[in-house]
Amino acid sequence: MAAQDAASARTAYDWPAILKDLAGTAIVSMLLMVPIVSYKSVITQYSLVLEARWGTVFIILGIILAARLLMHLFVWNRPPAALPAAKSSGPAKASLTDRIGPSVFPVLVAFAILLPIISGGDRRTIDLSIYILTYIMLAWGLNIVVGLAGLLDLGYVAFYAVGAYAYALLSTIYFPYWFGDGMLPWAFYITLPLAGLLAALWGVILGFPVLRLRGDYLAIVTLAFGEIIRLVLINWFSFTNGPQGITVPKATFFGLPFSAGPGGFADFFGIEHNRIYYYIFLYYVILILALVTYFVTNRLRRLPIGRAWEALREDEIACRSLGINTTNTKLTAFAIGAMFGGFAGCFFATRQGFVSPESFVFIESAIILAIVVLGGLGSQIGIVFAAIAIMGSFELFRELTIFQDYLPEGTDPVHFRMLAVGLAMVLMMRFRPRGFVTRRQPTVFLKERKAVSGDLVKEGHG
Amino acid sequence: MEYFLQQLINGITLGSIYGLIAIGYTMVYGIIGMINFAHGDVFMVGSVAAFLVILGIGLTGGSGLLLILLALILVAAVAMIVASAYNWTIERLAYKPLRGSFRLAPLISAIGMSIVLQEFVRVNQEGRPKPVQPIVTGGYELMTRVTETGEFIVRLTNMQILIIVSTLILMAVFTILIQKTSLGRAQRACEQDMKMASLLGIDVDRTISITFIMGAALAAFAGLMFFLYYGVTDFFVGFLAGIKAFTAAVLGGIGSLPGAMLGGLIIGLIETMWSAYFTVEYKDVAAFTVLVIVLIFMPQGLLGKPEVEKV
Amino acid sequence: MATASRTPVLSVEHLTMRFGGLTAVSDLSFDAFPREITAIIGPNGAGKTTVFNCITGFYKPTEGRICLRHSDAKEYLLERMDDFRIAQNARVARTFQNIRLFSGMTVLENLMVAQHNKLMAASGYTIAGIFGSGHFRRTEKEAIALATAWLEKVKLIDRADDPAGDLPYGDQRRLEIARAMCTDPRLLCLDEPAAGLNPRESEELNRLLKSIRAENDVSILLIEHDMSVVMGISDPIVVLDYGQKISDGDPTHVKTDPAVIRAYLGVEDEDEDALAAKAVSEAVGGKS
Repeated sequence: MAAQDAASARTAYDWPAILKDLAGTAIVSMLLMVPIVSYKSVITQYSLVLEARWGTVFIILGIILAARLLMHLFVWNRPPAALPAAKSSGPAKASLTDRIGPSVFPVLVAFAILLPIISGGDRRTIDLSIYILTYIMLAWGLNIVVGLAGLLDLGYVAFYAVGAYAYALLSTIYFPYWFGDGMLPWAFYITLPLAGLLAALWGVILGFPVLRLRGDYLAIVTLAFGEIIRLVLINWFSFTNGPQGITVPKATFFGLPFSAGPGGFADFFGIEHNRIYYYIFLYYVILILALVTYFVTNRLRRLPIGRAWEALREDEIACRSLGINTTNTKLTAFAIGAMFGGFAGCFFATRQGFVSPESFVFIESAIILAIVVLGGLGSQIGIVFAAIAIMGSFELFRELTIFQDYLPEGTDPVHFRMLAVGLAMVLMMRFRPRGFVTRRQPTVFLKERKAVSGDLVKEGHG
Repeated sequence: MEYFLQQLINGITLGSIYGLIAIGYTMVYGIIGMINFAHGDVFMVGSVAAFLVILGIGLTGGSGLLLILLALILVAAVAMIVASAYNWTIERLAYKPLRGSFRLAPLISAIGMSIVLQEFVRVNQEGRPKPVQPIVTGGYELMTRVTETGEFIVRLTNMQILIIVSTLILMAVFTILIQKTSLGRAQRACEQDMKMASLLGIDVDRTISITFIMGAALAAFAGLMFFLYYGVTDFFVGFLAGIKAFTAAVLGGIGSLPGAMLGGLIIGLIETMWSAYFTVEYKDVAAFTVLVIVLIFMPQGLLGKPEVEKV
Repeated sequence: MATASRTPVLSVEHLTMRFGGLTAVSDLSFDAFPREITAIIGPNGAGKTTVFNCITGFYKPTEGRICLRHSDAKEYLLERMDDFRIAQNARVARTFQNIRLFSGMTVLENLMVAQHNKLMAASGYTIAGIFGSGHFRRTEKEAIALATAWLEKVKLIDRADDPAGDLPYGDQRRLEIARAMCTDPRLLCLDEPAAGLNPRESEELNRLLKSIRAENDVSILLIEHDMSVVMGISDPIVVLDYGQKISDGDPTHVKTDPAVIRAYLGVEDEDEDALAAKAVSEAVGGKS
C-alpha cells in the first residue's frame, strides 16, 4: 500500500490513506500488547493477580505510531525513481567489510597475541576475549559445515557437548581409573585430541543418516539430534551425573598447576603467584586452538576436499555427475566441523571447571549459526567481526544497568539480551542477508585472484 | 488392558493438541515452503494469553457448566485473535520481505522470531510457570479392575472429552473451509504455483496472510487446551510442543491436512505409550527419534506426495 | 551399415522407465559406437533427458540393461551403479539441459573440481595434502595444465579467473563441456548443448564437438533440437517419440523417414480433420 501511495507525489500526502494505515497499525499493536503486555501476573501473598500496565502499553503504542508516521512522511513517500538508487549498493560495489576483510587478518592476529599485554592483565578483558575467541572457533568449525559445504546444521552444540563431556568424564573418572592420579595434570593435553576425535566420530554417526535430507529437513533433524544428546545428558544420571553436572579439574601449564605454593607455575618460574596467569594461559590456549582451526580450514579449502565441499554447496547434482562421492564429502564436512566443536568443548570444560547439560541448549547453536551467517557464509574473517559484534553486544547489556532508572520497575536490561539477539537475527536477514563479508576468495587462480561476488555464490541446499 | 485403554485415551487427547499445532506447520510449509520455526511459540503466546484472560475474568472450576463453557469460548476467542495477530505480524515483518531472498534467510529469520517471542513473553510475564486450578472437572469411570495393590480405574475426564470433541469440530469446520470456499481454492493454487496464481488474479499476499492467521488460531486453541489440560504454561512450552508438532506434520506428510492430524495422533500416542511402558524421562527423546527415523526413511510421510529429484 | 561388425561402446537394451503411472521411456534399445556422435532427437517430452538420466545413474531404470564397454574390454552395467561411480569408474560425463555450473566458483575452479578423484588420491585423501606433499603439488600442477588446455580449446582462457556465473550463456555451455571433458570420459552425454546459442555459436559448437571426437578417445551422445547441429555432425541418429524409438539410422535416412516426419510435423492429411474436431471440442469444453 505504501509503495502505491509513494507513486503519487513527494509533497502531497495522502492523508486518508496514512490515517487508515495508522489506525490499522494501532489495532494490530493493541492486539499484540493486550493482554501480554497490558496485564502482568504477579504473585501476592494470597494468590495470583493481574497488574495492569496500561502506561507501558500506551508509551509503546505511541512510539510505534510515531515511527510509522515518520516513515510515511519522510521515507515511503519518495518518488519510485529514488528507490532503485537506494538499493543499488548490493551486487556491484564491495562493502567496506569486503574491502578491508582479507588484509586485516594479520593485524587482528598481532593484536590478539599482544592483547594480554595491552590490556595490562585486566581480568575482565581477558575473560571476555576468551569468551569471544571460543565462539569464533565454534563458528569457524560450523562454517565448514554451513558455509563451505552448505549443509544447515542446527545441532552443532551437540559436538561442543561431546567435547566438553569427553574431557569431564575422562579426566574425572576414566583416567584416574585407568592410569592412576599421576596422569591428572596432563589430562587436558591428552583429552584434547581425544575430545576432537570423539566429536568427529559423533559427527559421522549423526551425519550418516541425515545425508540424504535437504534443506529445512536437514536443519530440523540436526536440531533434533542436538536435543536428543542434551536430553540423554540430563537423564543418563549414572553416566553424566544428570543436571547437576560434573566438576572438572583445571588445566595445567604442561604439568605445572596454577596454584600457589611449591611445584606450582609461579613457583617454578620464580614469580609471584597471581590468578591472572591462569586466565592468560587459557587465553593463549584458545587463541592457538582458534588459529589452528583457521589455518587448517584455510588449507582444506585449497585441497580437493575443500573444493568439493564448495562445489557441493553450489550444485550437488553436478558434483555427482563429475564422479564426486557426495556422501563421503558431506561426512568429512560433518566430521571435521564436529572435531573443531569437540576441541572447543574440551577447552570450554576446563575453562568453566564445570560442565552441565544447561550449557548446550539449542539457543547456543542458534547463536553460533547467527555468527556464521552474519559473518557471511563461508567467510572466516567475517566471522571474527560477527563474533565480536554479537558476543560484544551481549556483554554490553550487562553494562546497560545504568539505564535501570529509566526502565519500568523490575526490568533488568540483561533480560533483554536474548530478545535483542532474536531481533538482530531477523533484522540481519532483512537488511544484510549475505553477512559482513559477501565475497568469496577463489582457491586457485591462473593469473590473478579475483573475489567472487556474493550474489553468484549459492548458499547450498540445507 | 485397562492400563492400555487409559493410555490410549491420554494419547489421543495429547495427539489432538499436537495435531492442531501441526496443521499450522503443514499449511505454511505447503504454501511458502518454509518451516515457520516460530509457530510453536505462537502456540505458547496463545496459551499465555489464555492464562491471562482466565485469571482476568476470574474463571474457576466452581462456576456452573454453561457459564464455564461460555467463558471458555470467550477465552478461546481472545487467545485465537491475539495469536493470529502475532503470526500475521511475524509474517509481515520477518518473512514477507524475504520472499525471493536467499534460501536460508527465512529460516534464520524464523529462528530469530522464535527467540523474540519467547523472550518477549518472558520479559513481560517473567519466566516462572503460570498455573491454573482445574476448571473443567469431573469425568466418567469407564472400567474398574481390582488388583492386589488396589483398583485401577479407566477414566475419561470431561477435559479430555472437551479437547477431543472441540478438535473434531474445529477439524470439520476447517476442512469445509479449505475444500469448499474460494479461500481454500486460492490456497491450493498458491501451493501449486504462486506466480501463476497471482497472474490469475489471486491476491497471493492476502492468501498467505490468511494461512498464517488460520494456523495461529488453531495453535492458540491448542494452547488453551494444553494449558487447561496440564494446568500450567510458561514462555518455553512452545519449543518442545513445536518440534513435536512439526514431527507430526512431517510424519503425516507435510502439506497434507489430514496427515497433520494423523501424525499428531501418532506422536501423541507414541509419547504417552513410551512414558507409560518405558521411561517417562526419555519421552522427548522418543519423539525426536521418531522425527529422525521418519525423515530418513519416509521423508514424504504417511499421506504426503513423494518428491522426484529433478535433474 | 558397416557398424554391425564393431563392438558398441554403449548398448542400451530394452530400457523402460516409469514414474508412477507414466511411462517416460518404453522398451528402448540402441547402440553407440566408439568415436561416433550418436544423436537422440525427438519432440518435447519424448523422454530424451530421461534416457540420459538413466545412463548417468540419476534415475534407476524400471527395466532394461545399459552396458558400457571401455576399449580395454572392461564392461560396466550402468543400471546397477551409483551415479557418481558411473562418472568415476565407467567414465561417463554429462552436461545438463539447464546448465549446472558451480556459478560461485571461478572457471578454473570448476575444471579443478572436475578432476576431484585424481587430485583426491594424490592428496592422500587430504592427509598428505594438508602437509603439502610434493606428489600432490605436482599432480595439482598437471591438473591446472589440463584445465588450461581445455580452456584454450573452448576459448575461455581469458576468463579463467572469473566466476562461472558471470559468463554469458554460450560460454557457460562451452565451459560445461570442458568441465565434463576434464573428467577424462569415455562417453560424453550432452543434453541440448546448442539450446539458446546463436547460429555463429552453434557453428563453433559443431567444430568443438568434431575436434573432441577426433582428438579424444571418447564417444558422444547428443540430445539436440537444433537440426543444423544434429544433421551436421551426428553419425547415427535415434528418434524418440512418446518414449519409444520410432526411427534410427544415418541423418539422410532419418530425414526422409515418414515416421519421423509424422512425429515432427504432426499427423498426416487424413488425421487432420479429426484433430481439428478435437481442438474445437476442447475449445467449447473449456468455455462451458
